[in-house]
Amino acid sequence: MADRFPSPFDIATPEGAEGWQDMYTYPSLFSEQRRGFEDSMFWFQDGVHWPNVLTPWDATFYEFAIASLSQYNTRHLQVPPANGIAFRILNGFGYLSPVPADPNTIEERAANFTDRAGHYFMNWDSLYDQWMVKIRTLVGELESLEFATLPELEDADDVVKSGAGLGTGYKIQDNYHRLISLGLKLWNYHFEFLNLGYAAYLDFFMFCKTVFPSIPDLAIAKMVAGVDVDLFRPDDELKRLARKAVESGVAEAFSAGDVEATCQILKGSSEGQSWIASFQESAEPWFNFSTGSGFYHQDKIWIENVEVPFEFIRNYINMLNEGQDLSRPVDAIRAERDRVVTEYTALLENPEDQEAFQGKLGLARTVFPYVENHNFYVEHWSHSVIWRKMRQLGQVFVKEGFWSEADDIFYLKRTEVEDALWDYYVAWATPEAPAGPGYWPKIIADRKRICEALAKVKPSPGLGVPPEVVTEPFTVMLWGITSDSVKSWLGGGEATEGELRGMAASPGVVEGLARVVLSPAQLSEIQQGEILVAPLTTPSWAPIFGKIQATVTDSGGMMSHAAIVCREYGLPAVTGTGFATSNITTGQRIRVDGTNGIVTLLD
Amino acid sequence: MSSVVWFESYWAGMKPEVGGKAASLGEMLGAGLPVPPGFALRTSAFRASRDSSDLDAQLARLLHGLDTENTNMVSERCAEIRGLIETMPVEAQVRDELQRAYEELCQLSQTDELPVAVRSSATSEDSPDASFAGEHDTYLWVRGADQVLDSVRRCWASLFTDRATCYRVQMGYDHRTVEMSVVVQKMVQPIAAGVAFTLNPSDGDRSQIAIESTWGFGEGVVSGEITPDNFLVDKVLLEISRRKISKKAHEFRLSDHDTVEKVETDEERAMSPSLTDAQIKAIAHLAKAAEKHYGCPQDIEWAVDVDSPEGGNIVLLQARPETVWSKHRRPPVAAGASSTDFMSSIVSTLVNPLHTRKS
Repeated sequence: MADRFPSPFDIATPEGAEGWQDMYTYPSLFSEQRRGFEDSMFWFQDGVHWPNVLTPWDATFYEFAIASLSQYNTRHLQVPPANGIAFRILNGFGYLSPVPADPNTIEERAANFTDRAGHYFMNWDSLYDQWMVKIRTLVGELESLEFATLPELEDADDVVKSGAGLGTGYKIQDNYHRLISLGLKLWNYHFEFLNLGYAAYLDFFMFCKTVFPSIPDLAIAKMVAGVDVDLFRPDDELKRLARKAVESGVAEAFSAGDVEATCQILKGSSEGQSWIASFQESAEPWFNFSTGSGFYHQDKIWIENVEVPFEFIRNYINMLNEGQDLSRPVDAIRAERDRVVTEYTALLENPEDQEAFQGKLGLARTVFPYVENHNFYVEHWSHSVIWRKMRQLGQVFVKEGFWSEADDIFYLKRTEVEDALWDYYVAWATPEAPAGPGYWPKIIADRKRICEALAKVKPSPGLGVPPEVVTEPFTVMLWGITSDSVKSWLGGGEATEGELRGMAASPGVVEGLARVVLSPAQLSEIQQGEILVAPLTTPSWAPIFGKIQATVTDSGGMMSHAAIVCREYGLPAVTGTGFATSNITTGQRIRVDGTNGIVTLLD
Repeated sequence: MSSVVWFESYWAGMKPEVGGKAASLGEMLGAGLPVPPGFALRTSAFRASRDSSDLDAQLARLLHGLDTENTNMVSERCAEIRGLIETMPVEAQVRDELQRAYEELCQLSQTDELPVAVRSSATSEDSPDASFAGEHDTYLWVRGADQVLDSVRRCWASLFTDRATCYRVQMGYDHRTVEMSVVVQKMVQPIAAGVAFTLNPSDGDRSQIAIESTWGFGEGVVSGEITPDNFLVDKVLLEISRRKISKKAHEFRLSDHDTVEKVETDEERAMSPSLTDAQIKAIAHLAKAAEKHYGCPQDIEWAVDVDSPEGGNIVLLQARPETVWSKHRRPPVAAGASSTDFMSSIVSTLVNPLHTRKS
């Protein structure tokens, strides 16, 4: 077995992908100037959030997210052992490398961290309330950004006589700048709380592991997990709508075929109209929900692809007609959580330990709603609005002949969109023909080809020399990267003796036939009772969880969104196996042991 | 009133009539601990048989002028008394009830001539009769109603061991007041058997139940002759948190003549898990119930019975307090930790993430 991964400098460019570097900002590339540092680090591919090739504009959130994370660790809170995370893009895939703090500074950092993080822990609820206001305000601001074709003549009253002194040509550029800065703001907000949430969770986690050395990770997760969680609200809304359809007698409309046919029937009755109104009510904001991680413009968003929630609703209607009860037994879940906590507490012999246990659990529970819920507000809701606005802008350019499809805009870097806007603005002001229509189509076509070529080559899971032991807490919890998983990657991901190992993310053991799903588009192929095998799962896949027996993913840790959702739905799950999708084929019989994190290939 | 008391109909008021052994079995069953099925014969059964025979007259004769210093005399006379009891006619109703109860036990296991254990059950722990009698009075692999009847009489006869008889004479106790109850309990023929601790013996983790298991009888596990399969079950979630299947080269099985013999296991069986997941969880459940019932960590012996239906075939053979980890009280982990310095705990968690590695 090799003891290291290839150097980033030894990775070849896939055939047909020459020039891919031009698609990304220069600091996100490995470069000769920083080779010494880059070659000394261990990099892992972040398949939890970015399992696919990044298009130039989509790289924006990759950069914003990781930079914001780093900023909080390093400059705001001074997480004692951990600085930020260095990030690069290689052959279209994102690679991360946690940067440890200088051990000599840990004491000083600890003092700052105690003061700063302590303030957050002590004032968590009010700060979190404030966060909710901030994030909703931000979404409102994003929604207010309009991108429309510049007018032939500015409005006499609004623009000219009002004395504003600013035209729509300024406005459209300003709106784009605002969209970008709101995006960065969003990611600042995202990390305002997140690592603090994990830190408190980790503290409770380690206390449990000290007093009960063999306690399963998921027992700890179970004690902390919330019962009413916004992240599960979209799925609850689907179920509510399915029930409403059945109860008001309009369920039949869903067997009409496509969305249009269904809506046609619904509009024909007052019950149907009331159902449509109800759907629209749920849709904002809950169906601003991505079928992917929310990080790719290609991910389908429910509200814009109504066939997705409709299909789920149809599915739920069938389940209701078969007499199934869709409601989550909230009281039973709560009672079970209380039982688990009471029993573990009773096993502690010392009152001091019992008190500490209760205290740490209390803090973990205080912080955990953020960990569970932020995903909806940031990656799903806010990102959905951003993708929508970007498409609106893309469409403006389509009309001006810059490119042929709204989505082509995502093949421009975020700074290049500014150039294109400037071009458009100048041509509008002058007036003259813009240069863009002769400039962008070739670049876009080249980049599409490059992205396709990049997508054909599976990225190395790691680069450089791995540490002997992976101890960085966030790396373990969020990305599921452990000493063991690194070792298995180095083994080339061969399923040794028909077995794959990952994180024991959600308990239970089941056997069944695998269904390998590489993209959300394949979700409809899943048959009742199959085991879902995917690069990752996202919260928006929850509606198919009623159909499947278990989940296996390539990426993700105990606290990854997939793990949280599987526990919530009581579905056995093994996450972070590294190679499940390449080692398992659809129809293969497998056993998933979510309690021990083992997947066995049975034939 | 029937002289037979099934374990499941036992309640505390019956203890003087059925003795300590039967009482503890009845209590265990009442607490949801599945002991092998069986019943007790009340003390009245012995009285009725004694009264319907001429045993009292014979006792008066044989005990008259007994010189407790004369060991020969004691041994001869006691042997004769025991011989009389072992052959005396059992009172008719008692005999019928005992036979019927045994047949019922056979039906329960759907086995003719079901092997049972017949044991004396002392009526009062403080009474010297009790502590002397029944010391070793256990008859295993007793088959058939007649054999059961014989074993019951032998248990009764154990009231007149040399030692117990001398003691009563010296203390001036009336031999007519001695009481004896007898327990008849199904002999379990285990598919698999072993032990369980309601803590992890390797680190004292109270949240875990450790199970050691092998094919057949559990003797080999207790004696260490067999390397058992090892399972760790989380006590609260009742999920299997670790499993280790060992090569179980031998197993103890019941021979054709009702003895336990050590035989070699074939390769495939040796390497197969001796328990299913459902069985592992059922044993953990049982161990947890035993700990709750007794209020302290337990060390139990259990078996998977071949004759009982799946789901109800895990039986508890014995429970005793765990002694190794229970003895020393561990210092609190959270020494000095209070709500005000939770930050120092979080800092140390982040700086020394020892437990973040995958276990």
